Amino acid sequence: MYWETRSKWLRRSQSTPPGVGIHPPVYPLWSPFVLNLIQNPETISSPKAAVTIRQATVEFAGGRRAGDRVKAVDNVDLDVISGERLALVGQSGCGKTTLLRVIAGLQQLSSGRCEHPGRGSTSFVFQQPALLPWRRVIDNVSLPLELQNRKHAGAAAKDAAGAALDEVELRDVASRFPYQLSGGMKMRVSIARALVTRPDLLLLDEPFAALDDLLRTQLGGLVTRLWRLHHFTIVLVTHNIAEAIALSDRVCVMHNGQINAVLDNPVARSGDETESVDEVDVRRTPEFAAFYGVVSDRLREAAGR
Amino acid sequence: MRSSDRTDNDRLPETSNKPGLNHRGWQDALFSTLSVTVVAVFGLLVWHLFVRIFDLPKILLPTPGQVAAAGWQRREELLMASWVTFYAAAVSLAVAILIGGVLSIIFSQSRMLRRAFFPYVIFLQTVPIVAIAPLLIIWSGYEFRTTVIAAVIICLFPIVNNITTGLQSCRTEHRDLFRLYGASRLQTLVRLQIPTSITYLLLGARISSGLAVIGAIVAEFFVSNGSVYVGLGALMTRWQGLSQTDALIAALGMSTLLGLALFGLVNGIGWLFFSRYTRVD
Repeated sequence: MYWETRSKWLRRSQSTPPGVGIHPPVYPLWSPFVLNLIQNPETISSPKAAVTIRQATVEFAGGRRAGDRVKAVDNVDLDVISGERLALVGQSGCGKTTLLRVIAGLQQLSSGRCEHPGRGSTSFVFQQPALLPWRRVIDNVSLPLELQNRKHAGAAAKDAAGAALDEVELRDVASRFPYQLSGGMKMRVSIARALVTRPDLLLLDEPFAALDDLLRTQLGGLVTRLWRLHHFTIVLVTHNIAEAIALSDRVCVMHNGQINAVLDNPVARSGDETESVDEVDVRRTPEFAAFYGVVSDRLREAAGR
Repeated sequence: MRSSDRTDNDRLPETSNKPGLNHRGWQDALFSTLSVTVVAVFGLLVWHLFVRIFDLPKILLPTPGQVAAAGWQRREELLMASWVTFYAAAVSLAVAILIGGVLSIIFSQSRMLRRAFFPYVIFLQTVPIVAIAPLLIIWSGYEFRTTVIAAVIICLFPIVNNITTGLQSCRTEHRDLFRLYGASRLQTLVRLQIPTSITYLLLGARISSGLAVIGAIVAEFFVSNGSVYVGLGALMTRWQGLSQTDALIAALGMSTLLGLALFGLVNGIGWLFFSRYTRVD
């Protein structure tokens, strides 16, 4: 069982035909690309990385005395593999959201690097739906396209927004205003807004924290379905261990701005799998319970309790 | 009746965002109209009895009936003057919103400009309009535009202050969203900052609507000295000279109504054209 349900990125690398997608193009030895690799060997990473973070540190002013600096992210190395779902878990204030904002490019690093070798587009789903209240649903969804290509907005953007709304099954509320929607619907609109740019990397910052349990499970299922369809990479920040396990291939435990452990999730189901197992059923399996114990032990260990 | 007087359950329909008056809202409106009327009638009664009991001369304090009669007798004059003053106040408010909007947008684009010039905007608020009006007469003459300039000066601060605040109070998530998708400065201004600031602008305009009438009337006191200007302020100085206390009080009531009318106009425009910007999601 365990071997069959190893995480998806691992299975994919096994099934890739040799010579495809593994070797980079051939560069002459004196090219800047190769010289850079020779001088900085740590930049060599898996060609399938979606995000490479090296010695990343983020410092904020604060602390007990004036002039004190607080390290929200402390010397973190992390590779996010293309197509995987990575969950960042930890207590409040452990730096997981800051790390996510670093990946999104919303937070500057004090030192270190964060690179996106894939160079695809990135989308972000906030804890709050964060819809613009004066725009109709469809205009909210097309907003990223309007902001990205300044000239080609308009009809094409509206079409894309409509398609994205179809994916979250909200086409029929396209012309409503956000105040006319329920909390769950707003969150789905915000997911549609993230999908409209066809992102390669989807960042979720405790997206369902404000919702009730049933809605949380349903939206988790929606995200899984969309991930299977589009094969984007997901980085999910949550303090809910069950949610982290249900929605990830790897679980990354953070404490005090540092990564304490990165655990392969044995419960993860592959993205190629077609039959849909209800997420609630997965939560009842012994593997789920066992891994839940492992993750929460790690969290407690990190906190020193 | 203030909403704070009610229990949480009572307040639900009022805070709901559904458009239109619901049943309870309609009842509420009726109740508040009734209670306001009762207070007004009671106040007029007390006033009337006060004058009668102490047998005050008409020139010191006329009864409400005498005031109404005087107002009715001079209704054409009074209405004309009110229109002139209302027009001056409305034009001033519009000009103040225009100037204030441009100033605030400039302030929002540069912290240095904001730091350098914002104190002078506060200066506009602290300078007494009565002291600056004679100067304005010297510079601008006994004209309608002098009235407008005085009223603009008094209106400008609440508007600039509110719009500047509004332009900077976008939600962090919204700002992040715009940054994430590489929005330009102009895009952020037009699609995020200005829509966010409209609520604040309306708030400032409401405060300024009363101030605009005050500014216009004070300026008219001075403007009326040298010309055939007909505004409420001009009427008031004339009637005060003639010791027509009843007519003077009628004019006072009219100027209060003007403030209310301008306030209503601002609210109406806000409700008609900008209601989508004043909602919370």
